[in-house]
Amino acid sequence: MIECQNITKAYQTGDISTTVLNKVSLKIKDGEFVAIVGPSGSGKSTLMHILGLLDTATSGQYFFDNQDVIKLSDDSLADLRREKIGFVFQAFNLLPRATILRNVMLPLVYSKIPENEREDQAKKALNEVGLEKDHWQKLSNQLSGGQMQRVAIARSLVNNPSIIFADEPTGNLATQQSEIVMETFKKLNKQGRTIILITHEHDIAENANRIISIRDGIIEKDEKN
Amino acid sequence: MKFNDLLKEIFWAISGNKARSSLTILGIVIGIASVIALISLGQGAKNAISSSIQSIGSNLIIVTPGSQRSGFGLSAGRGSAQTLTLADAEAIKQQISNINGVAPEVSRRYQVTAAGQNTNTNVIGTMTDYQTVRNINIDTGSFISDVQVTGDAKVAVLGPTTRDDLFGAGTDPIGKTIRINSVNFKVVGVTKSKGGSGFNNPDDAIYIPISTAQHFLSGGNSVADISVSAADQSSMIAVQDDISTLLLARHKISNSASADFSLMNQNDIVSAASSVTSTFTTLLAGIASISLLVGGIGIMNMMLTTVTERTREIGLRKAIGAKKSDISRQFLLEAIMLTFLGGAFGIILGYLVSLILSRLISIQGQVTVSSILLAFGVSAAVGIIFGYYPARRAAGLNPIEALRYE
Repeated sequence: MIECQNITKAYQTGDISTTVLNKVSLKIKDGEFVAIVGPSGSGKSTLMHILGLLDTATSGQYFFDNQDVIKLSDDSLADLRREKIGFVFQAFNLLPRATILRNVMLPLVYSKIPENEREDQAKKALNEVGLEKDHWQKLSNQLSGGQMQRVAIARSLVNNPSIIFADEPTGNLATQQSEIVMETFKKLNKQGRTIILITHEHDIAENANRIISIRDGIIEKDEKN
Repeated sequence: MKFNDLLKEIFWAISGNKARSSLTILGIVIGIASVIALISLGQGAKNAISSSIQSIGSNLIIVTPGSQRSGFGLSAGRGSAQTLTLADAEAIKQQISNINGVAPEVSRRYQVTAAGQNTNTNVIGTMTDYQTVRNINIDTGSFISDVQVTGDAKVAVLGPTTRDDLFGAGTDPIGKTIRINSVNFKVVGVTKSKGGSGFNNPDDAIYIPISTAQHFLSGGNSVADISVSAADQSSMIAVQDDISTLLLARHKISNSASADFSLMNQNDIVSAASSVTSTFTTLLAGIASISLLVGGIGIMNMMLTTVTERTREIGLRKAIGAKKSDISRQFLLEAIMLTFLGGAFGIILGYLVSLILSRLISIQGQVTVSSILLAFGVSAAVGIIFGYYPARRAAGLNPIEALRYE
């Protein structure tokens, strides 16, 4: 569960202070499928980075799974990300010279899971996103964009996180591929995983159950879909 | 992150770009190989020099005349004086304890003829003890005897090279006659080869009784030097002091600073020669290690390029839960692995180079365990030093910016 109050993020460049997020408060319950939408520069990516524990807020309060995370060190945040969060990025960010299977296993390298269980977990994740078995030993750059994004989703699933953050996951994909990827997210949500989707495309956001619109660092609308 | 996983990641990273990895480690390979080869040759040269000095004799002390001074204090240079005599040698033999032998000698180069052949060689006038003092072994016949010395006998013992020059290789010259400076000598023996080269080659020499040399060849009563063999290593210093005291008394000199002779001890020569070769080895290894430094900079350059190229990967690793220490360890160990591989290949290459050079030149190279350990230590240190900065830079990347990096 995510709960934040009065999150403010400001950057100081010389004498000029830019406020990217201005006292944002929101609450996301377990099992929700939330889309955060807004034009570029609205602060939606910054909000995702803070919610995803990749960045820290300038002020405000943030409870992640009822744990106050504002004062945590970089290493503790890394531990939380590893244990509880999965990320999917617009550019997939797969290792180009590694096989699909190794790409999916990558987060487990940093966990305490024994080596022989890692491959099983990776295969389970690949089955969940529906990537056919004959692709598993291929190198990532031999796949199509949609397949690559599904590998990335499998990678975000492999450590069994409670929340998946997806930052413009369809931004680099054609419409048909986008649909397959969004279907995958819907399926994962039905299995009970919390999904937070960042996008500027309204038809992609339509897939979510709740849409939070952000503009100029302020939540403009927050409505059920 | 487990060490095992770390090694796998590094293996993938290094083998993922084989051409670049191998070119990068080439710098380290060349650096380590040249250090190994040069240390090996230096060690070989040191061994060769000290064994050739040892072969002159055992526990040897050599007394040479000092400089000759004119009435106005003008020095004619060391060894120019003719202050040492056979009587001095006799006195040393009689009065000094703990010695194995005393061998005075006079030597000069002469044109020597025999049965139509001729050569120019070193003719050494000496005594029976010379054999003991200078480790001369007889191949055929015998060395000069005491009787021959007292009787001014015109007999000669040839070195094997001289024998070959005068009579041809493998012939038996015993009983034949040679002419030195128009005086006939009968050959009574041939020495065994000691191996050696240069101006004072013991194999290219003719030994005759010192009395004969003084009476028929050089004239005069002085000797060029007196070689004394101490009983053992530990008594050398005492023997040397005793000889000095004795000769000062005999020559009626009260101040040892103005002695008309000087003493040289074989150990001093060996240690002086080894310190010279050690200095040269260090110098050469020092020059070779400059290439190691250049190789290290090459590693740093490649690691910085790698960190830049893999910025997004580093960002991703951080996002999925890698700690700063995981990232810095990965890149540091990658650099160390590169230099370590370079070190391993460098040791093999250096060993081969030293083997080949040993064949080509007469020095027997010696690759020591300590030089291998040194090479490994240095290459690991180069990896740590030159890998540290790129690793720190990788670990310090901001994950958000790293993920966005184009």
